[in-house]
Amino acid sequence: MNFSEVFKQSNQLCRVSPDGKYLATCVQYRLVVRDVNTLQILHLYTCLDQIVHMEWSSDSLFILCAMYKRGLVQVWSLEQPDWYCKIDEGSIGLVSSRWSPDGRHILNTTEFHLRVTVWSLCTKAVSYIKYPKACQKGIDFSRDGCYMALAERRDCRDYVSVFVCDDWHLLRHFETETQDLAGVEWSPNGCVLAVWDSCLEYKVLLYSLDGRLLSTFSAYEWSLGIKSLAWSPSSQFLAIGSYDGKVRILNHITWKKVTEFDHPATINNTKAVVYKEVERKPVVGSADLSIQHHITMGSTLFNTQSKYEICPLPVQVPVVKPDLDRANPKVGVSSMAFSSDNRYLATKNDNMACVVWVWDMQRLGLLAVLEQTSAVRCFQWDPRRPRLALCTGNAKLYLWSPAGCVSVQVPAEGGFQVQSVTWHCSGDSLILLGKEQLCLCYMEVGEEEEEEDDDVK
Amino acid sequence: MHSSTMPLSKSSYNVLSAFCTEDNVPRCISYINQEMDSLGFSSACIEASSPEVSGGLNTVPALNSMYELLQMQRRSQHSLQEQEAESLKSSSALEYLQITNSRLKDQLELSKRETSGLHEAERQLQLKIKTLQNCLKTEKDEVQKLQSIIASRSSQYSHDAKRKERESTKLKERLNQLLVEKRDKKLAIDVLNYLGRADGKRSQWKTGKVEARHEGEMYRSLLSDYEVRHRALMLENVELKKVLQQMKWEMVSILSPSPRKPCSSFRDHVEDSLELSTRSPLRDSTAGSDRDKEVGDCSRETLDQSCEHAREQLTNSIRQQWRRLKSHMEKLDSQASLVQQSQQRAGKELVPRQIHEEEMERMRLEVQQCKDFIQTQQQLLQQQLNSPCYDDETAALLNDCYTLEEKERLKEEWRLFDEQRRNFERERENFTEAAIRLGYEKKAFEEDRASWLKNQFLNMTPFVDRKRHSASETQHALSTSSEPDMRIPSTPARLTKSRTYATFSTPKAIAGMPSTADLYHTLRLIPDSSSSSRGSSKRGSWQESNTIHSREDSRVRSRDRYGGGDCCSIFSLGLEENSLT
Repeated sequence: MNFSEVFKQSNQLCRVSPDGKYLATCVQYRLVVRDVNTLQILHLYTCLDQIVHMEWSSDSLFILCAMYKRGLVQVWSLEQPDWYCKIDEGSIGLVSSRWSPDGRHILNTTEFHLRVTVWSLCTKAVSYIKYPKACQKGIDFSRDGCYMALAERRDCRDYVSVFVCDDWHLLRHFETETQDLAGVEWSPNGCVLAVWDSCLEYKVLLYSLDGRLLSTFSAYEWSLGIKSLAWSPSSQFLAIGSYDGKVRILNHITWKKVTEFDHPATINNTKAVVYKEVERKPVVGSADLSIQHHITMGSTLFNTQSKYEICPLPVQVPVVKPDLDRANPKVGVSSMAFSSDNRYLATKNDNMACVVWVWDMQRLGLLAVLEQTSAVRCFQWDPRRPRLALCTGNAKLYLWSPAGCVSVQVPAEGGFQVQSVTWHCSGDSLILLGKEQLCLCYMEVGEEEEEEDDDVK
Repeated sequence: MHSSTMPLSKSSYNVLSAFCTEDNVPRCISYINQEMDSLGFSSACIEASSPEVSGGLNTVPALNSMYELLQMQRRSQHSLQEQEAESLKSSSALEYLQITNSRLKDQLELSKRETSGLHEAERQLQLKIKTLQNCLKTEKDEVQKLQSIIASRSSQYSHDAKRKERESTKLKERLNQLLVEKRDKKLAIDVLNYLGRADGKRSQWKTGKVEARHEGEMYRSLLSDYEVRHRALMLENVELKKVLQQMKWEMVSILSPSPRKPCSSFRDHVEDSLELSTRSPLRDSTAGSDRDKEVGDCSRETLDQSCEHAREQLTNSIRQQWRRLKSHMEKLDSQASLVQQSQQRAGKELVPRQIHEEEMERMRLEVQQCKDFIQTQQQLLQQQLNSPCYDDETAALLNDCYTLEEKERLKEEWRLFDEQRRNFERERENFTEAAIRLGYEKKAFEEDRASWLKNQFLNMTPFVDRKRHSASETQHALSTSSEPDMRIPSTPARLTKSRTYATFSTPKAIAGMPSTADLYHTLRLIPDSSSSSRGSSKRGSWQESNTIHSREDSRVRSRDRYGGGDCCSIFSLGLEENSLT
């Protein structure tokens, strides 16, 4: 495993182009585009203000930079560096900006969710979509880029509009049986739209592309409901994470519950392997305390080493008792992710913030538990292999694969703390984002297996 | 008590005023008679004699009556005693009863008090219950109220929320309108030049045709998805059907006893061996029907891939087969039990059981024999281990060894050590003797030298100087020769010390400063003499060597394993001896 040098970055804005060739980072009001392999700067663009949001177009030819405070969006071209496009939303304000899947339209959501403005870069045409709903996930594009589902609110009722992204033709418009719709998400094959209610009610509605209600699922009543939702890449499963700390898996044929994954505080599932991160403080002998040594060791002295140990069952997982009187209590399954091969599901329960759970979707059971020393910030699956990368806001990167677990110290100077991780689309490298910096981590497939084995032992 | 006072009162009575005197004998007699009569005794006997002999009384009846009286007296005494005991008993019983009575009274009092207390508590509890019930009622009311409040609040809230939402939508609408009316100048897109569409096509007008196309595309994608799913399900179905088919075939093969198939033939064989004459006709009939079915299935197999009817038939046949298999299994079970019973009845079972038991017995015996054998072996081993030992220590040492070989080896080593020790002992004796001899020689030499020095002092001639030089040379030779002597018991530090003497002594002798150097020598000869004395007193040297060991244990011990080395081996032997004793 190799690490690149550290680059500056601001607002955690760092994206790899969809084709995997370029790396765009934002530093204050500058946009830097680098070659992923050589890390040499290819282009440097200067925006009008500090960039808050940045996004690649689907064809990797344009980059959108949004400055929400100013209500401005600037678009840059990679092929023609002197081409420019500036969109001003004016006094109406801007809260969110995104590309349409074709990479030729920009969708801006104005303040107060007054409307969604669709700007065409081809014709300069503007169109508006009124009544967008301000919710957890109000807009979702199908994976093939053909359709867009938009949650709407009219007359205190929820609606879903399905647009054809090609020409923004309204294909379907239907009312949903929700109290307060919280989000919409297409299945990866683009044929089923999952709609879920806000946390006050546990309700998932599944609509066909043509607006027919396929099924409704509700696990319980009178308690806080759904917190997160995830489709498996094959569209075969729909995982629903809820505030009761459980994940329910629905199948795609009957839309009934296949199984239920609980996150117990005591793990005694004999089929599960519990990896516990153990910190080793570097032992500094009195002889090592010479000043010169101190300076050279500086970066590693404060970063404790750590490794994984396999815990014998049963294992007690640290649980934080949430303050239930406050809004948005730290409880329930907040993030879930399926591996690219559909085999594994990684989940995190918020009142066990230090633990990531990996479930085997073939066996429909718990496979591994990763207990970290600090709260898990972010985890992401390798887009090619069954490999999970996670970070906990310290100077280490953690990787899980069915073969084992490994913790890697990021050798960057100056207290690089990994806040989030992103895989390159090839799965060969990882982008580690610190507070103000970023660093690339290159995987070596051959050696890695040995490393993992060593660490497990 | 009464009996004891009576004679006393009688005697006092006799003393003071007797009842009968010489004068009143007849009166007394008559009185007595009267009394006797009144008491129911025959007084006649006394009276009859009275006229004949005045003053004298008929003795026989008197005595008789006396005796009777005495008897009576005794009886009455006895009865009195009894009565007294009775009364005592009764009084004690009375007392006891009184006590128990009082106790019971107390108890009664207590229980009364208790009951009153309990009554009180009950009353209180009832009161409490009443208050609690009241409380409950009020709480229920409260809950009801709260629920109604909640409901009203929630309806209010939802109403408000709706109102607010409406308001906000109205506001949004208004804002939108305003923005549209105001024609926000800032709202603009500024593009250098327009881009082509990603697919390279031109954008199309929104017409009904386009709409229809979109619909069509949507349905196409939906259809394709359904097709994919359908195909997957078909595949799954086919797989399941295959499994069903296979299951059926296997069932058929199990049930049909056709001799082609090995499993069924085996079964047949088994059944034949069991000789079930009752089974065979039934089996034949089922087999016949199976065969018919088989033929039919074979002909139909090509058809039943998707046909509804065929599927039904397949499931039906499977069910049938399954039922048959089940009944067959049941039959087999019952037959097995029957067979067992019959065999038991026939006593066939007894033979294998007997054999079993015999076998078991035999095995047990064998095990016992083996155990005995092992024990004897152990004992022998123990004896063998113990017998060659000289004393307890070595025995303890050797007991630790597991094998004979080890023991043998150790013994060999021990013997070697012993030999070496003896050798060294001899050598040491030689050395001590030599040392003693040397000491003597030295003494003689000293005396010699003293006399010689005295001579020199007296003579003071440079000629003599050369003579002394040669003498110092001899001394030097002597000091080196004494070196091994010192090395035996001493540490390396001592060893180097002795060497330094040797090295110091030679240059000083050469750098002719005769008088002082010689004085120096005479003074520094003390260690030499001490070494010689140590050599002579063997015990002391041993002790010293031991202390050295304690100081430099590890070094010596590491060496003594090999048994080599000159002095160290001696030390090690000494150590071992010490550890053993």
